[in-house]
Amino acid sequence: MTVLVASGRVWQRNWLVYRRLWHRSLAFGFLQPVLFLTAMGLGLGSFIGADTDAFGGFEYVDWLGPGLLAAMAMQTATFESTYPIMNKIMWGRNYEAMLSTPLGIRHIVIGELGWSAFRIGTLAVVFLVVLTLFGVTQTPLALLAVPFTILTGLAFSACLVAFTATQKNDVGFSAIFRFVINPLFLFSGTFFPLSQLPDQVEWVPWLTPLFHGVELVRGSILGTLDLAAAPIHLAYLFVMFGIGAWLADRNLAKRMAG
Amino acid sequence: MSSTPSLVHARGLTKRYANGFTAVDGVDFDVRPGKAFGFLGPNGAGKTSTMRMIACSSPVTEGDLSVIGMDPRTQARQIKAKLGVVPQVDNLDTELTVRENLEMYARYFDIPNDVARKRADELLEFVQLDERAKDQVEPLSGGMKRRLTIARALINEPELVILDEPTTGLDPQARHLLWERLYQLKRRGATLIITTHYMDEAEQLCDHLVVMDKAKIVAEGSPRQLIDEHSTKEVLELRFADGVRDSLNGKLDGLADRVEELPDRLLLYTADGERTLEQVNLRQIPIESALVRRSSMEDVFLRLTGRSLVE
Repeated sequence: MTVLVASGRVWQRNWLVYRRLWHRSLAFGFLQPVLFLTAMGLGLGSFIGADTDAFGGFEYVDWLGPGLLAAMAMQTATFESTYPIMNKIMWGRNYEAMLSTPLGIRHIVIGELGWSAFRIGTLAVVFLVVLTLFGVTQTPLALLAVPFTILTGLAFSACLVAFTATQKNDVGFSAIFRFVINPLFLFSGTFFPLSQLPDQVEWVPWLTPLFHGVELVRGSILGTLDLAAAPIHLAYLFVMFGIGAWLADRNLAKRMAG
Repeated sequence: MSSTPSLVHARGLTKRYANGFTAVDGVDFDVRPGKAFGFLGPNGAGKTSTMRMIACSSPVTEGDLSVIGMDPRTQARQIKAKLGVVPQVDNLDTELTVRENLEMYARYFDIPNDVARKRADELLEFVQLDERAKDQVEPLSGGMKRRLTIARALINEPELVILDEPTTGLDPQARHLLWERLYQLKRRGATLIITTHYMDEAEQLCDHLVVMDKAKIVAEGSPRQLIDEHSTKEVLELRFADGVRDSLNGKLDGLADRVEELPDRLLLYTADGERTLEQVNLRQIPIESALVRRSSMEDVFLRLTGRSLVE
């Protein structure tokens, strides 16, 4: 078995569970952006009205939509790479069973991250369809938003798997949700332009991962991608993914060893 | 040592954990093909740690270990491809159906789909779960889950099946059904390694036993050999009314080869239990009840571990 085939088996196991629920999952994947864009984009956007300068000349709904897509990647990654992984380590002991076969830690990590990429990718496609229906999408280059969204999600997934592998119970998760995921969700340029932040802290988002994802996704969908900054955004996310994946492999190996 | 090559060969096998605890302390053993090999011992004796090293899920700290002619340090994946593992705590996939559990597990071994389906059919029949194939795992009884775990362990047609306390926590009926299936498996020529703290299980299933206590092997042989070697033919069990036992003052001296004092009864080891009982009655010892039985592994274990031993 090559690494790819072996990892594919881990992926396939998730698919076997998911294929019973895929229609429900995609329906939610469709409904959520519709609700958000209606309530916040159109509803809240109507208050913001004509002052589109802050949004690069775009309507608020157009500006918000791509940001939400990037944030969705982070949230899906959070959902896929905490409790389900914990379950397979501790409660359901799936990994113990897998490790009694020729599958190894590396295959588990690659398979799980591959699964996360698949989930984020399908949701990104659905999200992009919704954005197009709302008239947000400005250019065919918007298709680039799908790999950008997957990369954003994977950077989070890898780090979260690494974190989960060190946890003895699920108490740590609520801290992560509250103190990491939520602040990133709010302050990464998803809901308001970072130019609105006080000058002294305007650089802070550059240190945080979701900001880079938002910039890439929004730039590709609105056709405003800053080609000078894009390599920085990509490099940040790739490095975060690389370190996360390396730690995930190391931590899970340590956790599963007797 | 016999000349047949052993499937598992251990010399000076040692497991020490990071906290300094020595779970297995330099044990030697050989598992012969086609036999059921048992590790018998109380909880914490080192049985599971030994099993985990054989299953390549826990690294060997010291000593030599070869499994199916391979080295767990460097050939873990190749070894695992030929092992069937039934862990102490079930780890079935509760998000999959009974049949999917087998077919998916087969895929982990890279067994082609059509072969996996065929084997799943055969194995479900073998463990008498064919009617539950489409059910989820969770509603199954403990015995059924155990049987499914055994079927799963056989999906890759392993050369060696490792069962860690296969019947712990099951009701008697489920245990007997499981024993019967394992016996069938043995008859087909499978090599089994079983850990258990049930003496009856060891006697029923194992051709060859090692008795473990405090990280070491304290005896080895077939159940019959061990009983012959370490116990008498029969045992007379005596129970007394409250307070009587303390006032015996050596009245039992010379009646038996050995006397074992348990909290609720005395065990008199003797070649002929009935005759010993007659003598107890002749000496007018006020017993509440008496039972004569054959020696079992339980007696061997009491003898070997030396707990509450009174000579």
